Amino acid sequence: MTGLWQQLLDNRKSRLGLMLLVAAVGIALVGPFFVADPLAYLAAPHAPPSWKHWLGTTGQGQDVLAQTVVGARPTLLVAFLVGSCSTLVGAGLGLLAGYAKNKTDDLINLLINVFLVMPGLPLAVVIAAYLPAGPVTIALVLIVTGWAWTARVIRSQAYALTDKDFILAAKVIGEPAWRILWVEMLPNMGSLLMSCWIGNTVYAIGAQVGLEFLGLGDVSAVTWGTNLYWATNDSALLLGSWWTFVPTGLSIALTGFSLTLLTFGVDEITNPGLAAESRWRRYLRTKNTPTSPQTPVVRS
Amino acid sequence: MSYLLRRLGLYAVAGFAALTLNFFLPRFMPGDPAAALFGRFQGRLKPEALEALRQAFGLSGEPLWRQYLTYLSDLTRGELGVSVAYFPEPVAHVIGTGVGWTLLLAGVSVLVAFVLGTGLGIWLAWRRGSFWDSTLPPLLALLGAFPYFWTAMALLFLLGFQMGWFPLRHAHSDHLSPAWTFEFVWDAWLHLILPAFTLVFTTLGGWMLSMRNNMVAELGSDYVKLARAKGLPEGRIMWAYAARNALLPNVTGLGMALGFVVSGALLTEVIFSYPGVGYLMLQAIRAQDYPLMQGLFLMITFAVLLANFLVDLAYQRLDPRTRAE
Repeated sequence: MTGLWQQLLDNRKSRLGLMLLVAAVGIALVGPFFVADPLAYLAAPHAPPSWKHWLGTTGQGQDVLAQTVVGARPTLLVAFLVGSCSTLVGAGLGLLAGYAKNKTDDLINLLINVFLVMPGLPLAVVIAAYLPAGPVTIALVLIVTGWAWTARVIRSQAYALTDKDFILAAKVIGEPAWRILWVEMLPNMGSLLMSCWIGNTVYAIGAQVGLEFLGLGDVSAVTWGTNLYWATNDSALLLGSWWTFVPTGLSIALTGFSLTLLTFGVDEITNPGLAAESRWRRYLRTKNTPTSPQTPVVRS
Repeated sequence: MSYLLRRLGLYAVAGFAALTLNFFLPRFMPGDPAAALFGRFQGRLKPEALEALRQAFGLSGEPLWRQYLTYLSDLTRGELGVSVAYFPEPVAHVIGTGVGWTLLLAGVSVLVAFVLGTGLGIWLAWRRGSFWDSTLPPLLALLGAFPYFWTAMALLFLLGFQMGWFPLRHAHSDHLSPAWTFEFVWDAWLHLILPAFTLVFTTLGGWMLSMRNNMVAELGSDYVKLARAKGLPEGRIMWAYAARNALLPNVTGLGMALGFVVSGALLTEVIFSYPGVGYLMLQAIRAQDYPLMQGLFLMITFAVLLANFLVDLAYQRLDPRTRAE
């Protein structure tokens, strides 16, 4: 795992991604201590950006900068929680299915496919509407609708691993099934789990913001989703107050983008072909050579 | 054949799971939403409406299995209960008003995004290492990181409110009523452009990137080298050899992505007040109209299952291996 971290820092894309992500988490952790009360009525509603309120005010006279900064913490908390839980549930079920390879596998595989084929948002809406509004509900429905993709990927990887010699050896030694799954197989899926975690977290950010935007979150709390909910409810578009929704949207996009960059990095590290390709491209650019459609082979 | 049968079996199970979930959800949720709802609507709703709600929440006092059977037989006749927000309209009728518009919006944008994204992916793979190949993927990844509905808000604000190029809301002008006249179709088209563009804009990157990567892998394979060695024209190698094989994973991806696209379409409709099922869903949430919400969930799920089956049919035509006995 330490090797992977070093490689992530060496890769240009994942380094930028990590930097952006650390910045987002840093702002989420310490930012709220430096800004005004996000819920207080501070100035005239829909005031454009000024020296006093750098990003203007909302339709209720609240400071947009404060809302954007304070909204980061609960949003990212739910996102990371959902990302981790869905990865855990998905990996657990996927490993079990891929290793068992019998009736258990058939059953779990059916469950995976059913959840994959069901549209996530309507399902999440229906379940969330019946539960008390709040971050716990949001996290719960997102885990329910988000675990299946991980399970599918991990299951096929587990399938590929069960025939490997070291697994067969572990079986012959008489290691219990849980040990084979957690100690022998799981560590071999480090980078795959990482991609799954990133994908789940990106999904969790988007879906969470979407649900809260529809009014299924706790609308009295300050999160990125409720910021956008209030922006449309206070007719930001009609009044032309773009500053009420642009900062939150940019924060969401930059966080998502940082995670996407991390995935690109993980892909390049685990797939040497891609890494060679990107090195090849940089080489071509320095030499100003016209490109050819041949598969590049670069030795370094 | 067995491939299609297996897929059909999966859809049957998924559909049945959705039906059953839909039945049990209101009956076993904590916090008694029914009581809260009755409290809210007491004195404001006609007795018939309350009765309909009572039915929907399973408060008729009958045993559970009998309720379940009643529920299933009602469904086969297309009865989904009575809407609270649009009382006394039946849910099926309310949903019917939105289905066409959503099909139009989601269908057009999925097709355009898929064809355009796949085409761009082929082109980028062919011109690997060029300026566009190194700038387009990260740019579209950044654009794809914005929530669908946020992009919708930004585009509506810029091109609708500021520039005034496109209509701001609804699927057609209020003074026109739906008809197959040139005037109406043109009007509906103008209203469709911006929401559809939003969806295409945000989903394009995914198709492009996966097609490009598939295509790069195919271009490196032996049969492409052989085709080149034979001296086949480049266009033929690109389209009939590499692209045709690289397309298969993307078609599988199309089935997978439908659920996401539908979700995106629902939120986009909310921004543009486009009168499809997404807009209805917002109304249902606002009015706590549980029967409508559940009807929408069922309808959307079945539509996505059906669309998945259509994708399977297409896949079977493209990949001869699935037709092998």
